[in-house]
This record gives sequence, C-alpha cells and structure tokens, in this order.
Amino acid sequence: MEKATLAGLDVKQLLDLYRGMLQLREFELKVQELYRKGMLPGFVHLYIGEEAVATGVCSNLRPDDLVYSTHRGHGHAVAKGVPGRLVMAELWGKSTGSSAGRGGSMHMYAPEYGFMGTNGIVGAGIPLATGAALSAKLRKSGQVVVTFFGDGAVNSGSFHEGLNFGAVWNLPVVYVCENNLYATEMAFLRATKNTSVQSRAAAYKMPGIEVNGSDVTAVYEAAHEAIERARADGGPTLIEAKTYRFGGHHEGDPGTDYRTREEVEEWKSRDPIKTLREKLLTSEAATPDTIARIEGEVQRWLDDAVQFAKDSPEPSAATVLDHVFCA
Amino acid sequence: MGEGTREVRYVEAGVEALQEEMQRDETIVYIGQGIGPRGGNFRQTRGLWQEFGDDRLRDTGICELGATGVAIGAAMAGSRAIVDEVFMDFSLEAMTQIIQQAANVSYASNGKIKVPVIIRAAMGAVGNAGAHHSHMFYGWFASTPGLKVVAPSTPYDVKGLLKSSLRDNGPVVFLEHKGLYNTKGMIPEGEYLVPLGEARIHREGKDITIVAISRMVNVALQAAEVLAKEGISAEVIDPRSIVPLDRKTIANSIRKTGRLAVVDEAPAMCGFAGEMLALACEERFDALDLPPFRICSLPVPNPFSPALEKEMIPSVERVTKEIRERMNG
Repeated sequence: MEKATLAGLDVKQLLDLYRGMLQLREFELKVQELYRKGMLPGFVHLYIGEEAVATGVCSNLRPDDLVYSTHRGHGHAVAKGVPGRLVMAELWGKSTGSSAGRGGSMHMYAPEYGFMGTNGIVGAGIPLATGAALSAKLRKSGQVVVTFFGDGAVNSGSFHEGLNFGAVWNLPVVYVCENNLYATEMAFLRATKNTSVQSRAAAYKMPGIEVNGSDVTAVYEAAHEAIERARADGGPTLIEAKTYRFGGHHEGDPGTDYRTREEVEEWKSRDPIKTLREKLLTSEAATPDTIARIEGEVQRWLDDAVQFAKDSPEPSAATVLDHVFCA
Repeated sequence: MGEGTREVRYVEAGVEALQEEMQRDETIVYIGQGIGPRGGNFRQTRGLWQEFGDDRLRDTGICELGATGVAIGAAMAGSRAIVDEVFMDFSLEAMTQIIQQAANVSYASNGKIKVPVIIRAAMGAVGNAGAHHSHMFYGWFASTPGLKVVAPSTPYDVKGLLKSSLRDNGPVVFLEHKGLYNTKGMIPEGEYLVPLGEARIHREGKDITIVAISRMVNVALQAAEVLAKEGISAEVIDPRSIVPLDRKTIANSIRKTGRLAVVDEAPAMCGFAGEMLALACEERFDALDLPPFRICSLPVPNPFSPALEKEMIPSVERVTKEIRERMNG
C-alpha cells in the first residue's frame, strides 16, 4: 500500500479532517434549505466553501481552548465541538439551542465547549480573544485562544488594537483571517492598498503566515505550529487563510453583483472537500467505501440535529426577562 | 450611614476599595492608560502598581477600544477585570465593546457566560476642560439592558460601591466625578460594602424631594440649606446607582412631600432626570401637588469659558431659585 499520509498526517487524522469539513458543508446546506423554506427566523451567513479553515484550525485545539468567532460562525462552532443539535436548535430559536434561543446565528455561545461566541460586529472578537488570552496567561491555564475574522475586519481599529495588545503582552492567541476577498460586497483590493494580510503581522512583530485556505492539511499545519507556539508562551501569530465563500454574503444575496460567475466557478473548482476526497482516494488513504461510510455518518448526525431542533419547544415567553444581568 | 472614624478623600476611597479587593481576589486585573507606576491621571490607582505589579496593573497605550475589549474578553474567560477609560469621554472610543459585547453576553448566552468587568471612568465638568473632557452621558449606558451604572457622590459610597461592583458578576459602569476627587468624607475602619440599588437619603424633609446624583448631590444639599432658612424643607436623595434603581425610596419620598425636583449635570433630553419624572408620574401621580420638574445642564457642549460653563451647569443659586419659584408659584 502506498504511503497513506499527507502533510505528515496519518489516515485517521485525514479522515477526521474529511469528516469535519463534510459536517460543516452538509450542515450549512441544510440551513440553507430550511431557511429558504422559511423555517428559520432571522438571517444567516453561510460558511460553504471555507470549511478547510475552521476544520484545519480547530482540529489542533483542546476542549478547554477558546474560540471567538464571527457572523459567519456556524462552522466555527461545529468545528470547535459544539454538538450539531445545539447549533441547529439555536438557529431555529428553540429553547434547547446553545443559547436557549436568545442568541441565534450571530450571538451563539457555548462556553462549555470553549466556544465564546459568534459575533454580529465585524472585528469585535479580536480584542475579546486577546483579553481571554490575557486571562489564560494570568490564570496559567495553558489555554490557547483562537479568533477568526474576515478580510473585512483587518482595516478596523479592533484589528490593530487587538493585535498590538496580543504582541506587546506576548499572549497565547492565534489570529486567523479568513480572507474570502470580499467584505460583504467590497473587494479587498478596493478596500486597502496592502492586500497581504499576513504582511501586517510585521507591524506588530509577530509571525505572519499565508496559507491556502482551500487545503485543509496546509491549514492544519500552519495552525499547528501557531497553536503550539502560543501554548509554549511563544506569543501570537497571524494566519491569513486565502479562501472563498461559494454563496453570497448572507442567504438571499446571490453574491454575483460584485463577483463574476467565472470567479465563483474557478473557486468552486478548488472545493476543499472535493480536493481532499480526491487526494484520499488517489493516495489510497481511503477507499470509496470508507468515504461512503463517512458520508452516511455525517448524514445521520445531521438528520438527528435537524429532528432534535424541529421537535424542540420554543422558549417560554415567561422567560423573556431572564439573564439580562449576570447572576 | 456614611459615618466613620477616618477622613479620606473621594479618590483615596476608591484606591482603598481596589487594594482590599485585589488582595482578596487574585483574579482581578486592572487595565488602562497611566494606571501603573504613575498611579493614574487622577491618582485613582496610586500605590497599586507598587503592590500588585505589572501582571495585574496593566498599563496601556491610548487605545480604549482595544483595552476595553481586552478587559471584557478577560472577564468572559475567567478573570475579573477593570478597564479605566480615564475620562468618560474616552469611553466613546470603546462604546461598541461596552454596548454590543459586555451588555449582551449574559443574555445572549442564556446566562452561561458571566462578564465581571468594571468600566471605570471619571466624568463631569471641572477646571474648564471644555467639550472633549467633560461629558455626563450616563443616560446612554443606563438605557442599555445588561449594564449596571453607578455614580457615587461621597468617599463612603465610592469605597462601598466599588467593592460591591468588584464582586458583581456582570458589567458595571462605575462613574466618578472629577470635581469630587478631592472632596473629603468619613469612612469607618474595617471592611464595609454598599449594595447597588439602595438610594441614600442625605437629608430628610417634608415639602419637596430633590433627587440628585454624583456632584449634583452637593449642590442639592447646599440649596436645601438655603431653602431651609426660607422655610422650605427639602428631602435630598442620592440614588447612588442609576441601574439598579431604588424606585421605592424615591417613590416613598414623593408620597411624603408631594413634590419632586431633579438636579442633573447631564442635559435634560432623554436623560436621568426625565426618568425620575416618569417614575413620579407612574408611581405617585396622585400624590403630586406640583408638576415634577428638572434642573439640568443647559443643552450645549461644555463651553471653555468659565463664565459660560458656569451658566450651563446647575448652581446652588439656580437650584434654589427654581425651587423657590415653583414652590411659591
């Protein structure tokens, strides 16, 4: 049998990465379907196309490590280990959701899984994650904190001030920019003169790495190095993962008013899940049967989450005033 | 209440509270500009860095947005944090973190995440600092569900309320008045706490209730002295915290006096004073012998000129005159 490894990962790790990405993809496709049927309230920003980033990064984290996420955060939550049931029920506004229906897509918290929130405010998670890393350092907990954010965040004050603190205090935090090239509709190259996000790390004297965000093993490797450095008190890292959302900014935005169809198709041809599947099969790390088995597992996991969310009760109206203030 | 055996300045009372609580709870970390070796722009952290060091007294550059977000993030993750905005005006740089993050996290996480963070800031007019260093916008914070808002007027209350705030599991906006930092008052030896949400009746009276907060408490008390000589007996109440608000003490006083004046250094529009009038109307309308009224700063940016700023902010003379005219009207 051919050497069944890629980027130094063994077969089990590779299959876990495949399963992880597939979970995020299938989850979001289901959210899209339910949303289009009018079953989910609010609005949603889907992670389809960017699965390699959350999966590659979070596969390196311990359960007690912390993640601060974004408005496009369902994938981060699931990748960090929040059960699909809790995420789906939260998107449905149900009492069994991770925030008991008080948060929804952009305000979803599951600290029991180290998931410190999606966020409706672009860039806001960067200082928060930096502060969590300060806390981890002061408490000597050994935790590492990861914050995800898009290219839309890197021209904000939160990015600058957060990275500056992380660097000057040498905190155990990893800044992961999911550069999908568009902040809503604004092309990154129209928003800034310096379109290399990782190069900005030099301004704070921290390592900066650019990685192919469609290649989960490359993301895994880059994140592994950064997370291990942070855990060893080596300070923060800025990772720029070049990625792309296959859909619009939010569900309902076709995403083609400001992007050409050719560009979208070109990125779709580099689908991170399809790419890994082909590599697994070509290298004989996995057989078609193994792939099919994983797909079946993911489908059952998703069906269970949807059924759970669907069957769950709405929050009781009598609880509307609960938890405004911390007990 | 407020009696003690030891005279301290308002600013020193805050330092004592911090020192005692930081000794008691090693998870407390203090973040802000100039709060380390310098001991704070107003001496509001004097001596703490020498005792607790760089780890727990985190001097920062001038970056309130980042510093406030860092403090909130630390509080979400298991520390207790204080972020010192120094001037309240500078908290504007950090407003998104205070309003959008700190205030919402408890509710949006269904109570799973506590946010024990204090947003500490010095407010109000002093020394003709002008429009960028004199703001009084506590009403903005108070109208945001999830934030507690505290504004002590005496050294006794500073110490007791700051200690209570440092034991609260949620975000507290703790607002001191720059014009009070050097005022003195008595405090007891040993530990005491002042709970949030308990108003203080500074002076009992029977003809009119005056509600005032922060530095305006002193103005109201001086006005009450003048009015007493004219035969008007004023009761002066300091809510001490705007959120939570001790509605009962204020409502009971209005029932007794039948009249309400509110003295506020903030402008009247959509503010704390208006909220007190709403309270009077909602809870004691039948008891009112006079329409409740506000004596507020004039609706202008703080002027630089001493002559103009004096005109803007409620003075003892203006408060006395307004109350006298209304009472006799």
